[in-house]
Amino acid sequence: MTASITSGHNKAKAPEPPQPGGEEGPLYQSRVKIYPKRVSGTFRNLKWLVMIVTLGVYYVTPWLRWDRGATAPDQAVLLDLPHRRFYFFFIEIWPQEVYYLTGLLILAALLLFLFTSLFGRVWCGYACPQTVWTDLFIWVERLVQGDRNKRMKLDKSPWTATKIAKKSLTHFIWLVLSVATGGAWVFYFADAPSLMTGLLTGEAPLAAYLAIAGLTFTTYSLGGLMREQVCTYMCPWPRIQGAMFDADTFLVSYKPDRGEPRGPHKKGESWDGRGDCIDCQACVAVCPVGIDIRNGPQLECIQCALCIDACNEIMDKIDRPRGLIDYETLAMPDARAKGEKPKIRLVRGRTIIYSLSILLTAAVMGYGLLTRGDLEMSVLRDRNPLFVPLSDGSVRNGYTIKILNKAHETRNFSIELSGMEGLALSRPNAVDSPDRVTVAPDDVQSVRLYVTAPADIVRSPVLADGEKAINIAIRDMESGAVASRNTVFRGPQSRSQGRR
Amino acid sequence: MSDAPKRDELTGVETTGHDWDGITELDNPLPKWWLYIFYACIGLSVLGWIWYPSWPVWMGEWTYLKGVAGFSKRAEVSRELAEIEAGREVYFKQIRAQSLEDIRTDPELLQVSLAGGAAAFGDNCAPCHGSGAQGFAGFPNLNDDAWLWGGTLDDIHTTLRHGIRWEADMDTRLSMMQGYLKDGILSRSEVSDVVQYVLGFSGREDDNEAARRGATTFAEICSACHMEDGTGMHELGAPDLTDAIWLYGGDKDTIYETVANGRGGVMPAWAGRLDDATIKQLALYVHSLGGGEEPQP
Ligand code: SF4
Ligand code: SF4
Repeated sequence: MTASITSGHNKAKAPEPPQPGGEEGPLYQSRVKIYPKRVSGTFRNLKWLVMIVTLGVYYVTPWLRWDRGATAPDQAVLLDLPHRRFYFFFIEIWPQEVYYLTGLLILAALLLFLFTSLFGRVWCGYACPQTVWTDLFIWVERLVQGDRNKRMKLDKSPWTATKIAKKSLTHFIWLVLSVATGGAWVFYFADAPSLMTGLLTGEAPLAAYLAIAGLTFTTYSLGGLMREQVCTYMCPWPRIQGAMFDADTFLVSYKPDRGEPRGPHKKGESWDGRGDCIDCQACVAVCPVGIDIRNGPQLECIQCALCIDACNEIMDKIDRPRGLIDYETLAMPDARAKGEKPKIRLVRGRTIIYSLSILLTAAVMGYGLLTRGDLEMSVLRDRNPLFVPLSDGSVRNGYTIKILNKAHETRNFSIELSGMEGLALSRPNAVDSPDRVTVAPDDVQSVRLYVTAPADIVRSPVLADGEKAINIAIRDMESGAVASRNTVFRGPQSRSQGRR
Repeated sequence: MSDAPKRDELTGVETTGHDWDGITELDNPLPKWWLYIFYACIGLSVLGWIWYPSWPVWMGEWTYLKGVAGFSKRAEVSRELAEIEAGREVYFKQIRAQSLEDIRTDPELLQVSLAGGAAAFGDNCAPCHGSGAQGFAGFPNLNDDAWLWGGTLDDIHTTLRHGIRWEADMDTRLSMMQGYLKDGILSRSEVSDVVQYVLGFSGREDDNEAARRGATTFAEICSACHMEDGTGMHELGAPDLTDAIWLYGGDKDTIYETVANGRGGVMPAWAGRLDDATIKQLALYVHSLGGGEEPQP
């Protein structure tokens, strides 16, 4: 089929002759400003509720306290970057445990997949920050400048003092909201009350001000100015979601079989031989992305369901049943056309797979979190030199052990060696006895260990191979908690072994 | 010259004219803001040229536009290096002022010293002693517990400062092993006998008769440095001949060569070549390698 691939390079061979007068489309397109109209109804109320809850969670969370004792911060949710700790209520994550965060992200992605295959872009329509903040900004706009028609008129009118006042008030409120958004964000990264004091007295770190400035800019420009263009042009998620719909996914849809043929309707006229759509454009007026849902599923549609509310209002007024626009699957109109009863199929191959993956991920993470210990240890063997022969014929090996004390208290450990007879422990510059280590709360300590095997053991068959597996353990002297690691002890290979 | 635009039937939108197995691409216009961002980037790059060093220019010789900010990567690096130096100097001052024992009991200074010592060791000492301080024949292993000139912190510090047989340093460690055959003091057979006696310290002699003869020579000559019982003497750098550690090798032939031709390895004096604080760090580092000795009370 290579023959059918044509490109701009072989224009000379192009089969069609040039058509003079064929109009050239514009290279660039100006945005058509959208003036979403106020609407009320079930889904609008649901959206208000989601907005209050999500914004509430966002603003309140950093101020929640959670007692962790004197050695750890008491902020319930805190990303402590300088100390490399992540606190989430009873969970505390160290940098080597970022797989919990990975797990959380995987879980979030899988949940998104599941909901998308069940109900389409519910994330976009209700919970996405872009949607929530745009909704909030539109509400502000409406509060100051009035509803759709008033705003359209205001935009067309000359720049009078009232217009300037209204416009600047809108932008001012937007900016305040944007600053508040960025301001709340930084509280997740530092102790909220003291950072708040710092911000107000101008003594907070520069990074905090820069983060607030950055987020103010993005919130203001994305929520206030760019709005639906973010969803249509910038966000990759809508394109991915397209692959997750199927014929049984519930999408906000117009029912053409019920609505067509559309046309204006006068009170008292018969409904026979015509559809229920009175072509009032109410659904188009409320749409925050400015499309007509009656044209079928479109990539711009964020599935906010406001057009359902709008049409239901109309249906109530003209006394027709609600639900001309409704959550529907693609299979439903086909079923109706065939005279079958439309089926709701929530349990399908993909939803089963997504659900199982969610359960599996959650189970693995839950198990990991529940069994997570507050003590860890690692051992690094010296490789250079592999071992040190000493003057009395004994052999010494060097190890560096790292003790991770994840508890919020100072702990004393004893170091215990096993796996080989006669091993002696020594530590250079040890303050007290070499097999005792004290580790500060919530801290990591590296300890150099020198382990010596006496001459008779070195010459005995035990070390004939030149190495012997040993075990290094640390034991909490109060609680008895143990962490241990296997490693090897090396020595010279005995002659007979070498010759073999 | 332009072709008639092709149109997609379903959407009525122009296509790019490209066709991949029947799949064509709609040529929707780009949004305007996209174009504006592109312009903004061009504008920013021009600002960048003015702000930062940018174009090469010919001004009688090749040079470049320096930019109004006076930014220079080289100056940046020098400034950062100076900053690091200044930060290090805080510790170096304390290390210089305090005794080795005091540094050793100060956890923070000790940590800084061990890290600094390890780095300085890699730069200066590793060529002879090996990167793990494991040594080579003739270059002592610094991990073990056998010390020619003593293994206390002060001994190691002295060795580091003044070197061994480093003639440029007045206080260097001087004594050395003579070549007893080379210098005509002992005959071949006398050397062989002494070797047998020395092997006897670790129970490895193979000619008891010779060993007995060697004992006399050892007592007369060698014991002056290596002591009567062969355990050696730190003051003179005379090694312990009874232990399992041999600097040049403990087999019969190597010991013969040592006695016959003598030994006198050299270590440079580091005082004046390295900063005093660095030398102290090195002493603490070498002492911590496992063989460090405590001073006798
Ligand atoms: S078409 Fe309806 S559901 Fe889609 S974005 Fe517009 S109002 Fe929301
Ligand atoms: S709101 Fe309902 S009746 Fe009005 S145009 Fe839209 S679909 Fe038709």
